[in-house]
Amino acid sequence: MLKTVRVVLAWAFFLAITWLFLDFTGMAAAWFGWMAKIQVVPALLALNIAALAVVALLTVIFGRVYCSIICPLGVMQDGFTWLRGRVGTKKKRKNRFRFTPNKQSLRLGVAVVFIALLCAGGAAKAIASLIAPYSAYGRIASSLLAPVYDLANNGMAAVAEAENSVTFYTVDGSTAWNAIVTLVAVLTLVVVGGFAFFKGRWWCNNICPVGTLLGYLSKGALYKIRIDTSKCINCGKCGRECKASCIDTKNHRVDYTRCVACMDCIGNCSTNAISYSVVAPKNDHKEDEKFIENKAEAPKAEAPKAEVKAQDNGRRQFMMTGLAVGAGTAVAWAQGKTTDGGLAALRPKHAPERKQPIAPPGARSYKSFHDHCTRCQLCINQCPNGVLQPKISLDGFMIPEMVFTTGYCRPECNRCSTVCPTGSIKFITVEERTAVSVAVASVDYDACLAAADGENCGNCARHCPAEAIVMVEVSEGSRQKRPVVNPALCIGCGACEHLCPVSPVSAITVEGRDTHVPVKPIIG
Amino acid sequence: MGIGAGATMLAGTSCVTRQASSEQDDEGGEMTYRVNPSTGDRVSLLGYGCMRLPVLPAPAGAPENEDGGIDQEEVNRQVDVAIAGGVNYFDTSPAYCKGRSEKAMGEALSRYPRDSYFLATKLSNFDESTWPREKSQEMFENSLKYLRTDYVDYLLLHCVGVGSFEAFNHRYEENGILDWLIEQRQNGRIRNLGFSYHGDIEVFDHALKMHDEGRLKWDFVQIQLNYVDWEQAKADNERETDAKYLYGELTRRGICAVVMEPLLGGRLANVSNNLLAIMQKDRPGDTPAKWAFRYAGTPENILTVLSGMTYMDHLKENLKTFSPLHPLTAEEDATLMHIARLMMEHPAIPCTECQYCMPCPYGIDIPSTFAHYNQMLNEDNIVDDARDPHFAQARKRFLVGYDRKVPRLRQAAHCIGCGVCAPHCPQEIHIPDELHKINAYAEKLRRQA
Repeated sequence: MLKTVRVVLAWAFFLAITWLFLDFTGMAAAWFGWMAKIQVVPALLALNIAALAVVALLTVIFGRVYCSIICPLGVMQDGFTWLRGRVGTKKKRKNRFRFTPNKQSLRLGVAVVFIALLCAGGAAKAIASLIAPYSAYGRIASSLLAPVYDLANNGMAAVAEAENSVTFYTVDGSTAWNAIVTLVAVLTLVVVGGFAFFKGRWWCNNICPVGTLLGYLSKGALYKIRIDTSKCINCGKCGRECKASCIDTKNHRVDYTRCVACMDCIGNCSTNAISYSVVAPKNDHKEDEKFIENKAEAPKAEAPKAEVKAQDNGRRQFMMTGLAVGAGTAVAWAQGKTTDGGLAALRPKHAPERKQPIAPPGARSYKSFHDHCTRCQLCINQCPNGVLQPKISLDGFMIPEMVFTTGYCRPECNRCSTVCPTGSIKFITVEERTAVSVAVASVDYDACLAAADGENCGNCARHCPAEAIVMVEVSEGSRQKRPVVNPALCIGCGACEHLCPVSPVSAITVEGRDTHVPVKPIIG
Repeated sequence: MGIGAGATMLAGTSCVTRQASSEQDDEGGEMTYRVNPSTGDRVSLLGYGCMRLPVLPAPAGAPENEDGGIDQEEVNRQVDVAIAGGVNYFDTSPAYCKGRSEKAMGEALSRYPRDSYFLATKLSNFDESTWPREKSQEMFENSLKYLRTDYVDYLLLHCVGVGSFEAFNHRYEENGILDWLIEQRQNGRIRNLGFSYHGDIEVFDHALKMHDEGRLKWDFVQIQLNYVDWEQAKADNERETDAKYLYGELTRRGICAVVMEPLLGGRLANVSNNLLAIMQKDRPGDTPAKWAFRYAGTPENILTVLSGMTYMDHLKENLKTFSPLHPLTAEEDATLMHIARLMMEHPAIPCTECQYCMPCPYGIDIPSTFAHYNQMLNEDNIVDDARDPHFAQARKRFLVGYDRKVPRLRQAAHCIGCGVCAPHCPQEIHIPDELHKINAYAEKLRRQA
């Protein structure tokens, strides 16, 4: 019964959070955005005391139910563990686990390094976020599942188009997808999934810093798995089926720092000797700490190292291929017109080199944006304009950055600020969003069609939502005009950069602001 | 002469008409023919337009602006069906179908005796590079070569009136090409000399004045005529002139008229449901296209009505309409005039998707953008007021449909207003302005998320 409740809740959270990463309509964010915000690492980064308090309270009362229900990476691992129980010989499917001693120093060590890396910031934080469970899952969902979801949607859209229906429409997820992030996701999936497949919750109970942290709290939890020794027949089944390897059947003891309250053992016990309860059965008196600190011979971890190495080689190869493919070629432009018909080839645009990358409205400053981000890719997947794309550089690895090659940060949109669980992009209303400048435009007059070629262009001025660009006569009385940016009005949305006809790099580009600056709001 | 029943138009008698036929005899009748008073040519009232020949799909991996070339096999098949159905007038140009139309028609028609069909082509010397005398002459000689013939039945100065007097002078007068063409008519390489007209009415009047003053004789003139342009041309496009005037001027002088754009670029084949209902009441089962063709073919001074038929089905349907053509009754004429006025209450962009404006140097798909806007107008999906209960649905239809029809990077937002397109538009649409207007509308919708 309790297991059923756990499984149902876990499914609900898992599916909702997964949908959050797949949905592009904003509906999932409105309903289930809070599920990302109660994840421990994002809440820590956001200093979201309320969320942390809820999780702490939940753990103190019910044990590590967080790990079994709320954490999507935990639930994903349960899936792999379940799968192992369905394949192979019966011998391999049954009785897979046995009690192992707690590796306290490993757990504590990883947790301390994790916290240190988080605090260090910069590239170190990128390493920390590799094992942060929520963002690890986020990358898996957004890199591996979202493309499939988009593909299915686009199939529906094709059907809808044939039916002249607008219920489904085509989406382009290509700007959100990145090969390197996908590689990280695949590695995570292989390593974490591999551990789960062979060793149950090994990852959660040895590596995951959130697991370690909650382990401390769950030690004194109100509700616990308790063994009634008067009923126990010492069959050892509970221990052999415990994916957390935390039931010491010989001594009738449970390591509560590792128990994820999955409730599997309750149903597995043929004599109903295990209960999830507040009051300890009479004979259950010595659950002392010494037991936990038992440092008996820990079996060495075998497979994973070799696996990681192999993947590393693959990754290098992948990157080389990506580079080769990525080297595009410019196509000839404006040909003479002697016959009619046909479409001119589109010239690809490249983002300019920015000294200061641009953080989206709501981030307040690039540093704050950078420091809080857990690289979960949620905002990237949610951005309806294809503007947020993962950055691939040592500093800010997998952090979103604003790119205006396929769209611009539209003034009526605040989606990323509604979904970000880490406070990296704080919530900002649409009105506030148009009253903050995240970057400022400047014109390269040598490249500008209007200034250099005398073309009657003005596309930047025509599309500037803040009316921050005016076309000014090059000299008095001249018919030739060139764009001039009023930095006091520019909100840095990138409309000008995106719509500038000059390619591959626009003649008008925006340079990020270190700290966002309030400007006059756009009316209407 | 079967003028009788349908002659509600100006009483023109320059083109002598067809055999009589009964109204019931719709299936399998004989093609209607008109006689050109200038040369006595007996021309099918349905003319074959070669501007929209079928193309093959692009091979996999080809750039998106490519197609797989003219579908010659399909062209041959359609020409066979057309000729079997009595069509004997074929109208092409060196510019059509990215310059591939003449060759394709040459290949298809050279399988028939040269005296069994009439060839019309044009001097399409729009581009400045083709203004010099030798270049324009070369264009004509190439036409003969591509069409595999040594004479042209109908030669047109292409798009007279576009770009006003200046262009007319550059293209035909200063280089002496007009005199050369008259010479070619004298020595039989051109049997009929005419011009196709769009745009500046002064140039049209000037050309007819040349005729009046004996500078040269125009054998025929190609004009845009359909039930919208008859009296509503100005409302549809302020640069155009009512076909009623053009037709009247020609008829007065005994010059026969060739009709282009009888469907106004397909717009009259695709009318909104309320207008369709009006048509259905009068003649249940008749398509809007049939209505429009009957309208264009009714005036007596029309030599032929051109239709660019990409699909075999269209060709077959048109053959039925014209075999024979039943002229409009006075009531039917009034019905169409009423429909034209209704259409003008929500003016569409008068784009006929002729593709002359393309390619846009900035990659914009101009005709598709206009087509989308017109379609939205037609389907009543242009809604300005956000409080309108239909607004949400109309907004989604417009924006989703826009992305479907035109890729984002080819949409109106990318129009910088360079104006390269505008001089090529035979409808003289101020393309950049219209694109900016459409973009402003789309932008307004997007902001109302």
